[in-house]
Amino acid sequence: MTNRRPASVQEVMAGLAHTGTTARVWKFGDDIDTDAIIPGRFLTINNPDELAQHAFEGTRNEFAKKVKEGDVVVGGRNFGCGSSREHAPLALLGSGVKVVVAQSFARIFFRNSINVGVLPVVCRDAGKIADGAKIRLNTRDGYIEADGKRYAVEPVPEFMQGIVDAGGLVPYAKGLKEVPVCTRLLR
Amino acid sequence: MGATIVEKIFSKKCGKEIRAGELVMAPLDGAMIHDITGPLAIQKFYEMGGSSVFDPERIIMLFDHQIPADSIEAAQNHMYMRAFAAEQHIHNYDINEGVCHQVVLEKGRAAPGEIVIGADSHTCMYGAVGAFATGIGSTDMGFALKFGALYFKVPETIRAEVSGRFPKRVGAKDLILAFAADIGADGATYKAIEFTGRTISKLDMSGRMTCCNMAIEMGAKAGIVAPDTTTWEYMKNRRKMKPFELKSDRDAGFAGWRSYDVSALEPQVAVPHNVDTAVSVSKVAGTHVDQVFIGSCTNGRFEDLKEAADVLGKKKFNPKVRVIVIPASRDEYIMTLKAGLIGKFVKAGALVEAPCCGPCMGGSFGLLAPGEVSLSTSNRNFRGRQGSTDAKVYLCSPATAAASAIMGVITDPREV
Repeated sequence: MTNRRPASVQEVMAGLAHTGTTARVWKFGDDIDTDAIIPGRFLTINNPDELAQHAFEGTRNEFAKKVKEGDVVVGGRNFGCGSSREHAPLALLGSGVKVVVAQSFARIFFRNSINVGVLPVVCRDAGKIADGAKIRLNTRDGYIEADGKRYAVEPVPEFMQGIVDAGGLVPYAKGLKEVPVCTRLLR
Repeated sequence: MGATIVEKIFSKKCGKEIRAGELVMAPLDGAMIHDITGPLAIQKFYEMGGSSVFDPERIIMLFDHQIPADSIEAAQNHMYMRAFAAEQHIHNYDINEGVCHQVVLEKGRAAPGEIVIGADSHTCMYGAVGAFATGIGSTDMGFALKFGALYFKVPETIRAEVSGRFPKRVGAKDLILAFAADIGADGATYKAIEFTGRTISKLDMSGRMTCCNMAIEMGAKAGIVAPDTTTWEYMKNRRKMKPFELKSDRDAGFAGWRSYDVSALEPQVAVPHNVDTAVSVSKVAGTHVDQVFIGSCTNGRFEDLKEAADVLGKKKFNPKVRVIVIPASRDEYIMTLKAGLIGKFVKAGALVEAPCCGPCMGGSFGLLAPGEVSLSTSNRNFRGRQGSTDAKVYLCSPATAAASAIMGVITDPREV
C-alpha cells in the first residue's frame, strides 16, 4: 500500500462500472462509528496509507491485512456515526476502498467521504448484501449488482455530484477564486 | 407559514428568506480547529491554494485532545499548528484553556444568531447560546479557512418540548440520554433539534450545553436553545451585543415534535456500546466499575463537579476504582478550586487532571484494558472508544458517576 495515487472517484466508478470489474464486499452492521473505522489513538497520523494499516483495528483485524484495491465496504444503517474525524474515510481511501454502500449514512461521514474522494452510495437493500459477495456498481444507471442480484441505489445530491466529478473538495476548491456567498446552490 | 429558529438564522445572515432543505453557501462567524483535526485542515487549506485565511479573528485555535503532548507525533502536530497560527496571525489558546467547546463559549466566540463551525462533531454545543453550530471534517474546514463560507443544506427542525421539574439528582444528562434512547442514534440525522419548554427555560447554561452537546449522538446537525434572559446574562461579559429576539414562530414547519415530562425521570445510564441505549440506573445497578471519569465538554463544568461533590459529601471514593476528575476549562477549574472541591476530590481519592479531553476520546491517557469497565460522564461509549475494544463504557450523569465511584459498582445517586 505504498506510493498509490488515490484515484479520483470518476476513475473508480469508471473502473468499477464499465469494465466489468467485480470487487469483494466487506460487510459491516448498523451504527458503524468512526472510532471503529479508525480508533482515537491513531489520529496523530494524517497519511491515508499509514491510517489504512489501522483501519477497523480491534473491530475487524483481518481487514487491513486482506483488503484489496477496489474492494467495497457495505454497512447497514447510520454508517460512520460519531466523530468528525476525516481520518475515517482517509483510512478507507488508503485501503483502496473508494466506495462505501450503506442503508444510510451519518451526516458528517457522508460529507467527509465526498470531500476526500470516497463515494458514499445509499442503497436501501444494503442489508441483503452478504460479506464476501462479488459486487459491481453502476451508479450511472442507479444500481449495484451483488452476487448476481440487482439493487437500486440513490443518486448523490446534485451539488455534491459536482464535487464528486471534480474528484473531491480540494480539486473543486482549487479552481475557485471566490465563492458565491449567500446564493442558493443546486439542490 | 412561519420560520424555525434555524431558518431565521440563515435568512438573517444572507439577507433573504431561506428555508429548510435549501442548499446555501453561508458566511461564517467562527471556525474552530483543535489538535486532532487541525493539522489536516491546514494541509487542505494549502492544497486548495490558500495563502491567507479569510479572517484570523474569526478562527479559534486550541489544543485539548492530546495535551500536554503525549507523543512525539502529537508534539509535531502542535508545532505545525503553532507555526500556522503565527504565520496567519491567529490567536492560539494552545494547551492553556481547556476543552474546545467549553472555551469557545466561555470566551464569547459564539453568540446568538451566529453561524459557527468546528472541526469536531460536538461543535453543536454552541447551540446552547442560540447559535447555529455544526461539526464538519478537515477538508470542509480547509475550505472554510480559505473562503470564510461553507455550503450547508439548511436542516429541518425537530422540536423537543420539555416540561416538569427534575427530581433530586436527576438532570440534563439524564434527559438527553433518555431522549437519545427514544429517537435513536440516527433519529435526527440531517436535522436540528430545538430544545424548548418550561424545563429548558429554567435550565442553566451548563445544562443547556449538555443537551446541545449530545444532539450529534442522534445524528443531528445542530442542537439549539432560543436565547432568553439566561442566555443574554451569560453573554453579558463575553460579547458586546444588545439582546434581540430570536425564536421559532408558532406556525413554523417542524419535522417532528417530541414532548417529555422530566418529573418522574430516573437517573439514566447508556449501556455499551451505543449512546441510544439508556436504561434507568436500577436496571444496571451493581455492575462493577474499574474506572470512573467525571469531565469532558458534556459534563466537566463547575455545576457538574459541584453535583458530584454534593453526592460525595464527606465520603471517600472506593479505593478499587480509578476516579479521574477533569474540569472542562481553566475557568471551570478555578471556580471548582475556589469552592474547595478540587481538594475534596483529591482527598477522597480522585486523580484531578488539568483541563483537557482526557479519557473521553481514548487517544491520550486513562485507557482501558481488555475486560475493564468504565463509567463516564462523557458523550460516547462506542466499542474501543476509551481503549481496548474488549472494554466496556457506560455513560451517565455526574451524580451517578460520583455515587458509583463511592460504591465501586453502578449506583443510584439517590441512594448514597
